Amino acid sequence: MGRYVIRRLLQMVPVFIGTTLLIFVMVWGLGDPVAAMFGDRTPDPATAAQIRHDLHLNDPLIQQYWIYMSNVFKGDFGNAWNQQPVTDLLKTAYPVTLRLTIVAFLIEAIVGVALGVFAGLRRGRFFDTGVLAMTLIVVSIPTFVTGYVLQYFFGVKWSIVHPSVGEGAPFKDLLMPGLVLAGVSLAYVARLTRTSVAENTRADYLRTAVAKGLPRRRVITNHMLRNSLIPVVTFLGTDIGNLMAGALVTERIFNIHGVGYQIYQGIVHNSPATVVGFVTVLVIVFLLANLLVDLLYAVLDPRIRYA
Amino acid sequence: MPENTDAVILDGVPAVAPDGAPVPVDKRDKPRSLWNDAWYDLSRKPIFYISALVILFLIVISIWPGLIASQDPLQCNLIDSQNGPSSGHWFGFDQQGCDVYTRTVYGARASVEVGIFSTLGVAVLGAVLGGLSGYFGGWLDSIISRVSDIFFGIPILLGGVVFLSAVKGGSVLTVSTFIILLGWPQLARIARGAVITAKEQDYVLAAKALGAGHGRILLRHIAPNALAPVIVWSTIALGTFISLEATLSFLGVGLKPPAVSWGIDISAAAEQIRNAPHMLLWPAGALSVTVLAFILLGDAVRDALDPKLR
Repeated sequence: MGRYVIRRLLQMVPVFIGTTLLIFVMVWGLGDPVAAMFGDRTPDPATAAQIRHDLHLNDPLIQQYWIYMSNVFKGDFGNAWNQQPVTDLLKTAYPVTLRLTIVAFLIEAIVGVALGVFAGLRRGRFFDTGVLAMTLIVVSIPTFVTGYVLQYFFGVKWSIVHPSVGEGAPFKDLLMPGLVLAGVSLAYVARLTRTSVAENTRADYLRTAVAKGLPRRRVITNHMLRNSLIPVVTFLGTDIGNLMAGALVTERIFNIHGVGYQIYQGIVHNSPATVVGFVTVLVIVFLLANLLVDLLYAVLDPRIRYA
Repeated sequence: MPENTDAVILDGVPAVAPDGAPVPVDKRDKPRSLWNDAWYDLSRKPIFYISALVILFLIVISIWPGLIASQDPLQCNLIDSQNGPSSGHWFGFDQQGCDVYTRTVYGARASVEVGIFSTLGVAVLGAVLGGLSGYFGGWLDSIISRVSDIFFGIPILLGGVVFLSAVKGGSVLTVSTFIILLGWPQLARIARGAVITAKEQDYVLAAKALGAGHGRILLRHIAPNALAPVIVWSTIALGTFISLEATLSFLGVGLKPPAVSWGIDISAAAEQIRNAPHMLLWPAGALSVTVLAFILLGDAVRDALDPKLR
C-alpha cells in the first residue's frame, strides 16, 4: 500500500506540471498582461518596460513558469490587482468554498445514493420511474437557471431562506447554494447508483446471501451496497473538482465570497496572478481527490490489492 | 479467383458464391448486424421518435428561423422593455424591448452550431487519438494517456473561464474550439477502452492472420465494433455542450451580444427574474427541451446498441 501511494504521488508530478503549465500559458501567454492592466489607455513606454521587467515578462514563458513555481513553493503566489498578496486571498476564500463544497458533496452523496438505491430496488415501479424522470429534468436545466429560480421562490417570494449568503458563510445559509451546486451531480449519482444496484440484484452472491437466510437489511448493506458503490465512489471523487469549479456559478448567484468570486474578480481586474494561483490550488485538490478515490477502492473492494 | 474469396471472408457477408454466381439473398435469412438490430429496436420506441423529431425541428429552425418567426430579433424598442405577453407578442418582451419569441427562435442557431461543431471536433479528435492509443499501445498510448490526464486535470468550467477570458473570444468558433480542447480526453478514454476490447477479439486475429494491414484492421474490423459507445456518448455530450455554452455566456465569457443565443438571453433574464419571470421561461425552456432531447436520444441509442444494460 505504501509503495503504491508513493508511486501514485510520483505519477501526479508530471500531470501537475502539465496542468499548471497549461493554465499558465493560457493566462500569461495568450493575452498581453501589461496592456490589459491599463485597459483603454496606452501605457507610458518606460512604465510598461519597467512592469515587464518586474514581472519577468521579457523572459521566455517556460522560464517565467519556473520562476512562478519556485515562488509558489516558497509560499509566494504573487500579488493581486490591488497589490494584496494572493496568499491572503487564498486563505480567506478557500475555507468558504470548502464549506460550500462539503455541503454540496454531502447532499450529493447522501440524497443521490439513497434515491439510487431505492430506485434500483424498485426497478420499473412508480418510484423508479419518478426518480429517472426527475433526474433527467434536473440535468437538462442549466445550473444557473435552477439557482436563480430557487433563489427567487425560496429566498425572495416565500422568504424561507436567506436569498444570499451572509458574512462568514454559516452552514444554514449554504444549504440552498449547496443544493443548487449539487443538483446535476446528484442526478448523475442517483442514476449511476440505480444502474449499479439493479445490475447487482441479479448477482449470484446476492442469491446466496438471501438463500442462507441473512436478514434483508444485512444483504442490502453488506453484500449489495458494498459492491454497487464502487463506480459511485469513483464518480464522487472526480466530482469534487467539478463541484469546486461549479462554485464559480453558484457563488455568483448567491453572492458568496469564495474561490469562484475571487477568480471572477481576477478576470475582471485582469490579475493573472490571482487566476493562476487559485486554479493551481484547485488542481492540487482535484489530483489529491483522485488519489483518495484510488485508495478507497482497496477498502471497498478487497479483490483489488495494491502491491 | 483467390482475390475474390479473400474479400468474401473479410466482408463477412458472402455476396458471391465460390463459382462466381450471385447468391440469392433471402431477407428473412440474412443475419442481422448490430446496426440492423439497433435500428429494429429503435424503430419501435416512441421516445426515439419524439426526441428525433424535436432535434429535427430544431435543426430546421436554426437553418431557416424565418419559417416561424416573422420579426427581426435585433429590432427592439425600449418602450416595450419587460412588457408581458400581448397579442402579436405572445411571449412578451425582454429587457431591451425585443420580442422574446423571435429571439428564442433565432437563438437556436448559435446553440445548435456550438453543439454540433464541438461534438464533431471532440468525436473526431477523441476517437482518433483514443483509438490509436488503444490499438497500438506502448509509448504512443503512454504519451496520449498522459496528455489527456493533463487536460483532465482542469475542470471544464474553470478552464472555460480562464481560456475564453484570455483569448477575449466571444464567437461560436472560439467557444467550440475551447470545448474541443478540453472535451476530447473523456471521449479518448471511452474510445481507447472500446478499441482495446475489440482488438482482443478473434476476428481481428483472423484478419491479421490473413495478412490485413493496420489500416484495414482499424477501419474495417475495429472501428465498426468500437463505434457504439462513441456515438452514444457524443449524442448525450451534444446536449451538455449546449448547456455549457449557456453557462459560459452567463459567466460573461461565452457568446456576447449582439449575437443572438439562448445563453445570452437566459443570463440576461435570470438576473431580472424578480421583475419579469416571463423573460426567463422561454429561452430557458427551449434550451432545457433541447438538452433533454439529446439525452433521451442518446439513452435510446444506448439501450438499442447495448442490450446488456437493459
